[in-house]
Amino acid sequence: MTTLTQSQFFQQLKKYYTFYTGGFIAFVIVLAILEQMGLPPKWIGFIFLGATIALYAGIGIMSKTADVSEYYVAGRRVPAIFNGMATGADWMSAASFIGMAGTLYLAGYDGLAFVLGWTGGYVLVALFLAPYLRKFGQFTIPDFLGSRYNGNLPRTIGVIAAIICSFTYVVAQIYGVGIITARLTGIEFQYGVFLGLGGILVCSFLGGMRAVTWTQVAQYIILIIAYMIPVVWLSVAHTGNPVPQLAYGQVLQEVTQLEKEFNNAETTKGAAEASARAAFKAQQESFEAKIAALDEAVAAGTGAAFLEAQRAEAGNPADFAATTDDLKAAWKKSADGAKAKSGPVSAHATAFAGKGAEAKAKAKANPDATEADIAAAKAEDQEASNIKRRNFIALVLCLMVGTASLPHILMRYYTTPSVRDARKSVFWSLFFIFLLYFTAPALAVLVKFEVYSNLVGSSFAALPAWVANWSAVDPTLMKIVDINLDGIVQLAEITIGGDLIVLATPEIAGLPYVISGMVAAGGLAAALSTADGLLLTIANALSHDVYYKMIDPKASTVRRLAISKGLLVVVALFAAYTASLKPGDILFLVGAAFSLAASAFFPALVLGVFWKRANYLGAVVGMLAGLGVCMYYMYITYPFFGGVATNQWFDIAPIAAGVFGMPIGFIGVIIGSLISKAPSLEIQQLVDHVRYPNLAGDIDTRAT
Amino acid sequence: MQLSEKHQEYWQRNLRLTAILLAIWFVVTFVVIYFAPQLNEIVILGFPFAFYMGAQGSLIIYVLIIWFYARRMNQLDNEYGVQEGEEQ
Repeated sequence: MTTLTQSQFFQQLKKYYTFYTGGFIAFVIVLAILEQMGLPPKWIGFIFLGATIALYAGIGIMSKTADVSEYYVAGRRVPAIFNGMATGADWMSAASFIGMAGTLYLAGYDGLAFVLGWTGGYVLVALFLAPYLRKFGQFTIPDFLGSRYNGNLPRTIGVIAAIICSFTYVVAQIYGVGIITARLTGIEFQYGVFLGLGGILVCSFLGGMRAVTWTQVAQYIILIIAYMIPVVWLSVAHTGNPVPQLAYGQVLQEVTQLEKEFNNAETTKGAAEASARAAFKAQQESFEAKIAALDEAVAAGTGAAFLEAQRAEAGNPADFAATTDDLKAAWKKSADGAKAKSGPVSAHATAFAGKGAEAKAKAKANPDATEADIAAAKAEDQEASNIKRRNFIALVLCLMVGTASLPHILMRYYTTPSVRDARKSVFWSLFFIFLLYFTAPALAVLVKFEVYSNLVGSSFAALPAWVANWSAVDPTLMKIVDINLDGIVQLAEITIGGDLIVLATPEIAGLPYVISGMVAAGGLAAALSTADGLLLTIANALSHDVYYKMIDPKASTVRRLAISKGLLVVVALFAAYTASLKPGDILFLVGAAFSLAASAFFPALVLGVFWKRANYLGAVVGMLAGLGVCMYYMYITYPFFGGVATNQWFDIAPIAAGVFGMPIGFIGVIIGSLISKAPSLEIQQLVDHVRYPNLAGDIDTRAT
Repeated sequence: MQLSEKHQEYWQRNLRLTAILLAIWFVVTFVVIYFAPQLNEIVILGFPFAFYMGAQGSLIIYVLIIWFYARRMNQLDNEYGVQEGEEQ
């Protein structure tokens, strides 16, 4: 293979992946025909799971390698466009694929922080990091810190930060693999986790970065096809326009119109909604009364008897609350759930609705309100809106800078043949990611329209098939109760889990089951590809940076690869074990990874290229201070660590802790550098070296 | 090695380009978000403006920023003679 020139290699890849894409489409068509002939859905699920994992494993086996540079950076010959696809798959996790459209459905404008943050970060990657890291040309991100700041301490801090960010993230991916496998085939979650793990390991274990790269390209192709087909179909069905990204403007207007109707009790729909909301309001009040009675009983010392009486009244179910505290928590949850349903609908496109329509409705309902009351309510509303805006901005910033700091993404730009290609490759990366991210908002609006216009107002006796199916499969995704007993569905009576949006789209669009299977396979591809990249980052940080660079720099090639592969298996098993315990706060931890990466890496990396004066002490102080402040803020504000919301600074949520860590990191690097002497001439030459793609009489920093 | 004046100029032009593109990035992201409630009053083709920017418009501009940066820098490399030779 090494005898091929770069352009021959490119042509060959193009041929392979064109065949592959055609093959995948043919495979789906064959399954669709088999389905028409009576193949049961369960078999379709098994075939999709088996075929895609076997395919990824096959690419892994074909790409096996014993060469260090192939193992760590795919031989640095991945063409820009293919590296772009691989980065896209590496980047888009199960959360992007399955969760994003759901978040947008539920949160409207306020959910766009994720869309903006997870794309805009690539501007920072392109302008500040990718070309320079490529010129530096070693294997890992701690490598750059170690060489630029001339010491093992910056490298070690880099290793620790890389592991903290990547490990929480990989646990979430493996968790996603378990969920999807379980859904696709009906096997148990725990087995699903380990089955998926097998697919990840076969690939990265044998061929390292090289195998992961070519598998990720294959995974990107599957995930983008799987995402697009149902959305395009739905768009044609609703608007007659096959470009959902353009068509949904008109649909959005209709959604806005319906939202207004639902909130106006003078219309028929509005009156029905009002009656459903009133029923929820009554439910909320009844739970609150029960809680008050419970509190009274506990205060009087008769809590145990009260609990027993309640248990008997409920008919002694096995899962009844064991203590008065549990009972109170359960009731509180029910009361809150009912409360959420008793308010008006919030408008999809409205940004930072403070107390929103609810406050206005309250003011209207109270004819005795004085002007001072109204002014106070307005001020309160404005303050709530300002806090939302502040958090939105902080979150976008953290997600963007975090994107530009996550080692598994930055590492991908070491694999292009040149600085030129690294620059182009960032463009392709964002382009491929953009295809999915700018479709998600359209999907959210299209599904919302379907729910608002077709589901709402239909009769409970004749629910659409997809609603009946999903509420039977998983009530956390789709639940529907006739609370005001009018036999007609009102919006307030529907509870939708975010993941439903993508998973149910094929059925909403009236597509056969084979497309549902393909969507699940796409979600699996998204989760597996991200997990691959992350596991490799962790194993490489340990084997290359810790073992080879610090413990045994004379280790032979064979030994280095053996250590790396061994660590890969250990880390993967540990991550799978952690995921199989189903840790509760997994989504928070993933979000936290961005803040942590932004605080720990970004200042030291960027100043390392753009400020020659930055030195050893600066890097150590900046990284530790940034990471420290970020972790401290999460510790004092996030309930999981025993923190409370009243500790928040400027009402910023713990997930955006990086907004404090990052500036502290920059200040740390600057102060630390200025109070110690300027870096040596050698280091300054290194900085010049990374700044210019080619210098006469240049030093060479490429790793072997 | 000592950098020539031409090299310094290349770096200055790179910094200027980076600063300009970063400013565009800042405006389409943070300025638009800050004024989102006001900008949403403007409706184009059914889309409230700030919503459209957050969902699609800013994303398109990000892609263009990166495309332009890659193109311009690869030109500058040639102009200043710091381009890479053909590898392999």
